[in-house]
Amino acid sequence: MQPKSPLLLLLLLSLQLFICFAFAQSTTGSAEGYTIYGRVKIPSNLGTKDYIIPGKVSNVKVILNGGQRVTFLRPDGYFSFHNVPAGTHLIEVAALGYFFSPVRVDVSARNPGKIQAALTESRRGLTEFVLEPLKEEQYYEIREPFSIMSIVKSPMGLMVGFMLIVVFLMPKLMENMDPEEMRRAQEEMRNQGVPSLASMLPGAARSN
Amino acid sequence: MVWESSLPGSKASKSILYIPKNLKADKDDLILVYGKGSLNAVSGVDGEVLWKKDFSGESIEVSHIIQSSDVIYVTGFVDSSKISVYGLNAKNGELLENNHAALPFGTFGELLSVSGDMFVVLDEMRSKIVIVHLRNGEISYNQKHISDLTKDLAGQAVILPSRLPGMFALNINSYVLLIKVTNQGELVLVDKVNNGAAVSDSLSISEDEHAFAFVHYGDNKIHLSVKNVNDWNHDLLKESIVIDHQKGKIDKIFVNNYVRTDRSHGFRALMVMEDHSLLLVQQGEIVWSREDGLASVVDVTTSELPVQKEGVSVAKVEQNLFEWLKGHMLKLKGTLMIASPDDLAAIQALRLRSSEKSKMTRDHNGFRKLLIVLTRAGKVFALHTGDGRVVWSILLPSLHKSEACENPVGLHIYQWQVPHHHALDENPSVLVVGQCGPSLSTPAVLSFIDAYTGMELKSLSPAHTAAQVIPLPHTDSTEQRLHLIIDDKQHAYLYPRTPEAIDILKHEFSNVYWYSVDADNGVIRGHALKSNCIQEAVDEYCFDFRDLWSVVFPSESEKIIATMTRKSNEVVHTQAKVMTDYDVMYKYISKNLLFVANAAPKAAGEIGTVIPEEAWLVIYILDTVTGRILHRMTHHGCQGPVHAVFSENWVVYHYFNLRAHRYEMSVVEIYDQSRADNKDVWRFVLGKHNLTSPVSSYSRPEVIAKSQSYFFTHSVKAIEVTSTAKGITSKQLLIGTIGDQVLALDKRFLDPRRTVNPSQAEKEDGIIPLTDSLPIIPQSYITHALKVEGLRGIVTVPAKLESTSLVFAYGVDLFFTQIAPSRTYDSLTEDFSYALLLLTIVALVAAIFVTWVLSERKDLQDKWR
Repeated sequence: MQPKSPLLLLLLLSLQLFICFAFAQSTTGSAEGYTIYGRVKIPSNLGTKDYIIPGKVSNVKVILNGGQRVTFLRPDGYFSFHNVPAGTHLIEVAALGYFFSPVRVDVSARNPGKIQAALTESRRGLTEFVLEPLKEEQYYEIREPFSIMSIVKSPMGLMVGFMLIVVFLMPKLMENMDPEEMRRAQEEMRNQGVPSLASMLPGAARSN
Repeated sequence: MVWESSLPGSKASKSILYIPKNLKADKDDLILVYGKGSLNAVSGVDGEVLWKKDFSGESIEVSHIIQSSDVIYVTGFVDSSKISVYGLNAKNGELLENNHAALPFGTFGELLSVSGDMFVVLDEMRSKIVIVHLRNGEISYNQKHISDLTKDLAGQAVILPSRLPGMFALNINSYVLLIKVTNQGELVLVDKVNNGAAVSDSLSISEDEHAFAFVHYGDNKIHLSVKNVNDWNHDLLKESIVIDHQKGKIDKIFVNNYVRTDRSHGFRALMVMEDHSLLLVQQGEIVWSREDGLASVVDVTTSELPVQKEGVSVAKVEQNLFEWLKGHMLKLKGTLMIASPDDLAAIQALRLRSSEKSKMTRDHNGFRKLLIVLTRAGKVFALHTGDGRVVWSILLPSLHKSEACENPVGLHIYQWQVPHHHALDENPSVLVVGQCGPSLSTPAVLSFIDAYTGMELKSLSPAHTAAQVIPLPHTDSTEQRLHLIIDDKQHAYLYPRTPEAIDILKHEFSNVYWYSVDADNGVIRGHALKSNCIQEAVDEYCFDFRDLWSVVFPSESEKIIATMTRKSNEVVHTQAKVMTDYDVMYKYISKNLLFVANAAPKAAGEIGTVIPEEAWLVIYILDTVTGRILHRMTHHGCQGPVHAVFSENWVVYHYFNLRAHRYEMSVVEIYDQSRADNKDVWRFVLGKHNLTSPVSSYSRPEVIAKSQSYFFTHSVKAIEVTSTAKGITSKQLLIGTIGDQVLALDKRFLDPRRTVNPSQAEKEDGIIPLTDSLPIIPQSYITHALKVEGLRGIVTVPAKLESTSLVFAYGVDLFFTQIAPSRTYDSLTEDFSYALLLLTIVALVAAIFVTWVLSERKDLQDKWR
């Protein structure tokens, strides 16, 4: 027992030291790290969505460092991560229907409590820690509404249009022609023989 | 969420939440929370910590918090044989008293609270019950032998953790003893139940009445009784129900009461079953049940459905004649408008069942399949891809707890037998590999399941372990795939254990190679078979193997964090890739490629722990037959987690760039240089090309690698690539994002040939101008506005139709869809109108006929003129 006791004493001493240390840190309010407070703001006037009910923010997740920790929003949009060690971290917001840029958060070790944030997508610094969606996400392709113009513009529409022009405008053009000339042209045509549909069909060819 | 409060502390400990009754400090409701070695009194209004008592200096393991008027007693064990009690002032946390009592023996298990100040615990021999009494902070105890209570029972006793006022339940062998504790601390045996299963916590039904439920088994039924704690002879409820055997035993039971119209108490019970399913029982019937075991999918494989037999109606395959007749009667009723709403619902269900999508037969396009999933509870489900219904389920008997196998876990599921050419009349089967416990040194469990019926064909519990399972590319005459199971003692075991399998393996003996990754030591080894085992017991299915090569990574600078290989069943359409200038590149396509990602040891942890200067990521592409390093690349200032996918000749991986503080994705493509000279026409004419030479790991072809990196916005949970039947269709990457969505990203975005200003020819070839980040197009989320909560993995299976790939994503939710990476070029869309097509054809034929008649008539008139 005798040789053991100094060791035990040392152990006890170190334990006490440890407690003192922990206590001293806890008085500053940060036993292990710092607290990141922030707010997620989803504009309610960004049009109505079926899958995001405005004001229902309980489905929004705030994710620290790619899934290390996950927190949810309070009704007013605030969130917090406690005991975050000093360093550079990444915060992502997962909200269906909105595109959020991940945020780079620098928790300073030198001046405690100083936190800097910047959007990684646009490299824009944030003066206050309010996260807003960069854009809305529309997951479904919007079906083109029915319109006459879209039909007219389509290749089929153009073809039909051309046919109509030929059918209705060509006779008008013929009318303006000189009747003499017209007769001559018709004579010429008859001499050449008009290829009829019937002669093209096999049954009709025999009847000739 | 109203408030959130974080409690600091330094010591890991169990967390206890205690809400005292009628205890107010300055009009605040107190909530007592013990955690991280300290007791905190938290205001119920705003979450402010009102007072705090630190126990981290004491070696006490706090197990209970009790309250008597204004004093809070915190009790727990010190070294399992000394009980310690602290009395604290509830208003301000001031320490009032501290008492200890040393027991002459150690204890087993947790201290269970019986009534306000009475606790029971077992001694370390598990033969005595110790009753601990705390009266105003004074500790007194007495003990009683279990054999004094009941004579004929012997075995290891366990106190069940049900909270019952003045009672507790003790489990010995298969018996449950219900023991009452009197106010004097005496024990009285109340009841002894054989085949007892579970006991619920007590439920207060009126002022001084407490009810609780317990279940026991008997004659293939489950007997549920709800009793009053104080009045033992009277049953409040006694019901027996029949529960599907595949749900296993009852793990937990919870009761809840309601007041019937005649003012008596009714009870409903929620049961948690062994297979992690939930059942709600009320009035002797199962009101609803949920297969919550599907939330913990471990592994997935697929199986084809049965072929539709000619001449046999589908109705007969699926159901018997009576049900078929009943269905037709229902339909008849429906058409005659005499069906009741129930019948209408039945007809609807019948229609849905007989619709194309959910048929139980194979379809021409290969869209209908069975997804066979293994869950953590050891249950195997077959899900139909058409409507996601459970076709069959089996709680594997071989993964049951037993003497030899204490904590069996299922690990993997493999396709064991896929009959297609011969042996078509046999059903396909799957192999489930598990082991008896969490460590790799526990013996393996193998189970073979029929994929159509869900019957366990046979199960094996071999003596060896299953460190690695290698499906070989050979099958026997009944289309059973050969598997090698590697144990931790450097032996390889061949399955199936038939002489035919041995013959096949002997034939291919020198062509079997595999590798193993030892992440702890940073070593990757290549292995080949050597000879039969040299053991006392002769086992001709056991083989020794030798190490062919090993790649040792420097442990001070690199640590293996991810490895990835190609899928063994992947089909590649063509090896040649035509460049824009009509140059040909040859993809280096080898089945034996391995992608390894190593991180700096300091950066092997999570993001936010290292600075960019200390982090780097080294990636390797190895040949697993020769151990040759084909490509090596270092990403400075980057760290994991690395998610990778390997397909054809390319690998895509996702990692974190600390300098830019963004995620990145890189692509590496490997091309075969030795075939690159095959451009000269004369070589073909003279037959001097080497195109017909096989791709072999025995030769050492020159390879070149091209790579490029891009930023990617989101964290990633899983990456997969689409797979199609012939490999012709272009590929899409399926990325499971941190928001639990699945994004389909064209492989063209990850093409190392992308340049900032592609030439006209390159543009025509589909090369997208280079951008620094990958685009996220919301419309390309294949989950659309849905989420696959807790996404863990994505599985892709080719359909028979070349354009289409089936995708199954699993997590807490399950998601299945079919996607066509290059649109459905080989089939018509679903909304294609066949009627319109027919109408057009008919109209055209009619028009031709009419014009022909008219033209004929005109001809005739012309001739008459």
